[in-house]
Amino acid sequence: MTMSLFLTALGLFAAFALLVTIPALLRPSKQSAHLANLLGLVGTLSGSLTGLCALFLTPVASQASFQAPFGLPFGSFTLVLDGLSRLFLFPVFGLGLFCAIQGFLSLRHERPSQHNLGSHWLFYLLLLLGLGLVLSARDIVLFLVAWEIMSLAPFFLIDFNDGDSRVRDASWVYLVAAHLGAVALLAFFVLFWQLTGATAWQAVQKLTLSESSRSLLFLLALLGFGAKAGLAPMHIWLPEAHPAAPSHVSALLSGAMINAGLYGIIRTVSLLTCNGRPPEWWGWLILAAGLCTALMGILKALAQSNVKRLLAYSSVENMGIMTMGLGCALIGQSLGNGWMAIAGLCACLMHMLNHACFKGLLFLAAGEVLHATGTVNMAQLGGLAKKMPFLAACFAVGCAAIACLPPFNGFAGELVLALALLDGSSLAATEHQLLLLLSFAALCAISGLALALYAKAYGLVFLGQPRSGFAENVPQKSWQHFWPISVLALGCLLMGLLAAFVFSLTCESVSSLWPLQTLTGYAKAKASLLDSLTKAGAIFVFLLAATLAVYGLRKRVLHKRGIRFMPTWACGYQGGNARIQYTDASFSEPLARILGPLMGQNVSQSQDKAIFPQSGQLLVKAPDRLRRKVYGPLFSGIETLCNALKIFQHGKIHLYILYILVTVVGLLIWGLV
Amino acid sequence: MLLNICLYLLVLSNFLLLGTSRVAQMTKYTALQGFLLAALLFDFGHSVLTVAVLVIKGLVLPGLLWHTLAKMPKDSLICPHRLVALDVIAGMAGLAFAIWLDARLGSDLTFNLFPKLFLPLGLTTLFCGLILIIGRVKAITQVIGYLAAENGIFLLGMPLMTQGTTWFELALLLDVFVAVFVMGIAINRISDSFASMDVDRFRSLRD
Repeated sequence: MTMSLFLTALGLFAAFALLVTIPALLRPSKQSAHLANLLGLVGTLSGSLTGLCALFLTPVASQASFQAPFGLPFGSFTLVLDGLSRLFLFPVFGLGLFCAIQGFLSLRHERPSQHNLGSHWLFYLLLLLGLGLVLSARDIVLFLVAWEIMSLAPFFLIDFNDGDSRVRDASWVYLVAAHLGAVALLAFFVLFWQLTGATAWQAVQKLTLSESSRSLLFLLALLGFGAKAGLAPMHIWLPEAHPAAPSHVSALLSGAMINAGLYGIIRTVSLLTCNGRPPEWWGWLILAAGLCTALMGILKALAQSNVKRLLAYSSVENMGIMTMGLGCALIGQSLGNGWMAIAGLCACLMHMLNHACFKGLLFLAAGEVLHATGTVNMAQLGGLAKKMPFLAACFAVGCAAIACLPPFNGFAGELVLALALLDGSSLAATEHQLLLLLSFAALCAISGLALALYAKAYGLVFLGQPRSGFAENVPQKSWQHFWPISVLALGCLLMGLLAAFVFSLTCESVSSLWPLQTLTGYAKAKASLLDSLTKAGAIFVFLLAATLAVYGLRKRVLHKRGIRFMPTWACGYQGGNARIQYTDASFSEPLARILGPLMGQNVSQSQDKAIFPQSGQLLVKAPDRLRRKVYGPLFSGIETLCNALKIFQHGKIHLYILYILVTVVGLLIWGLV
Repeated sequence: MLLNICLYLLVLSNFLLLGTSRVAQMTKYTALQGFLLAALLFDFGHSVLTVAVLVIKGLVLPGLLWHTLAKMPKDSLICPHRLVALDVIAGMAGLAFAIWLDARLGSDLTFNLFPKLFLPLGLTTLFCGLILIIGRVKAITQVIGYLAAENGIFLLGMPLMTQGTTWFELALLLDVFVAVFVMGIAINRISDSFASMDVDRFRSLRD
């Protein structure tokens, strides 16, 4: 039942992807664009809803499998839905649904001569199909095919506004990064095939691999999947691709696609460790990678002035937090600490679900801001809360959730992670205790910086006075335009209040996958965490109810009194204008004084040196140094090397024949000597 | 007796081909090679093929080349001298290599399949053809080189021929004929369109 519904969902994606090619091939007109938009929406809606039914109808830990003839001489078409797959499929179908609706609403007004909506929806549907296959494939050949579909589709989605050279550049950066990761994955799968002699994922369980080959497989998987997940230093495609892509695509990429990288790491590690405990250094390596990624992501995000770029770096940070959870779980498993293992793993998965929800919300809201004002540069925005109060409220919910403020969902995930790291004090070795407590401190710092970051994002975009004409002349929009966003905002709140349910969901989903039950303290940890989260949820419900009650009382009391609205600081200085407000640079300036080198901020200042200065200029930029200083020289070096080979490719045909002759003679001599 | 004389003459013709810088002279040597091949075939007793080779390799192909030459500007028919000496040295290296190869390949293959000196000679002719293609820069010398290389291959195939393979060999001859025909037309076209016939300059056509 589950499997047939899931297959129907995938089939619907594929069928509508085929259907939508018809308007894509037609001559661009208003009708064909409308048809493509409609077909894309219907395809995504029907597929995603069927998929969600498949996920919700049966318990999360149950397993369903499907096998079909593949038609290739190797590999098989094997799909299995188990707890982990289901958990990662929730964001795919859920976010796919809302992003499609929001995309439909915003793409309605695109000019058919400028964009081919048919091809856009084709690749959107292919991305969903690829994601569905990646998360359920249990054969390495099928997995690689699906991975390639999933990796190629975003290239065309990011390239939507292909008239802009920066967008084209971003999509190429994405493509190169995706395929550099794919190279590591290919090596991983070839090694896998060589070691196990089979193409089924499960084949590795039956073997006892040597320590070194297990570690090599682990490292290759970490590289290959880490590039997709955006682990530092392989994250450089995220801050390029997300600002360039249409917002509903950014939301889907950030909320669902990069999770596929995390899924790959978890799946590989779970398979490699099912026959015994993982080496301890795996956990420390993943924890360190996650920590560095999270710190780097949040610091770079703080230095950004483009909202979507800021959100992209924030995705890097959140992926780092999830990876920290996984690292903590592995350390717990290798040291036999049940609490750390279960709490770390659940924190990782809970944060994955939460992140999909609030990052989807934030990207879609940023897209609406872009749609209304024409820019996402914070230096030109401001005061939008008065024009679009509903959108502002939704964005505020997203910001509060991602900054880990209770009672929203981000808080629950990071609370569990913090509890996992705090239990490091129960470990035997002092250096382990110290390292985990330091990680805890770093997590606190990251959360604090996230709060600062989103205070900046929300404050600069929605509060204060409009900083430019862009933000001033905003058309009024009713809540009907934003309802998919509001559903996601509601999701953030509900997942926060029902954190205990989400926790037990993640706990059940991994129970079949990972032999954690044998660890000491597992049952106690599970019960105790569940208890804490239930109590926290109850307190939040009470506080929320109390707040609503006070708000209602206030409204009732003020009902008959006249309320006057005055400008801010009306009682004080009256000469205020938009230019004296905080800018994005001034917001991050105090932090940049301490962490400037880490944030990579460039400050250039030019002042009039005259006695009565006329004008001055201050420029604050935060380009990605990794791209300019590491990847740029690396790739241009490779290019120079390849160009050097052109001395052999000179276009003189008779010399080409000489090469052939020399080769043949050489081979003859080699064969006969 | 006839066999050995023909083989010696063939080696000579190869080095004459490599040693001359005049394209008109080279065309005559090509015709000579055609006659020698026909004589060899006659010695082996393939009467049909003898006539065919005599007509195609001895008369028609050199005639075609001659026809092409007549249409081309006279100053474009002389190769640079320094290359000629280099080509002859390379041809000698080819001959030495072919003899070494013959010795290495062992007696079984050589004695059962090829008459004495047949294998090194075929290989030398093949190498000389390739050296002509590589070393000379005129388009028409490339065609001559191609013909010489084909003669080498033909020589290597000759001892393997039985009565049944006559049609096969005839088909090959037709192939060569068509190839040279097409090349002749191409060269005519090139000389019409471009000022130079040097293959070196063809690279300006690449993208």
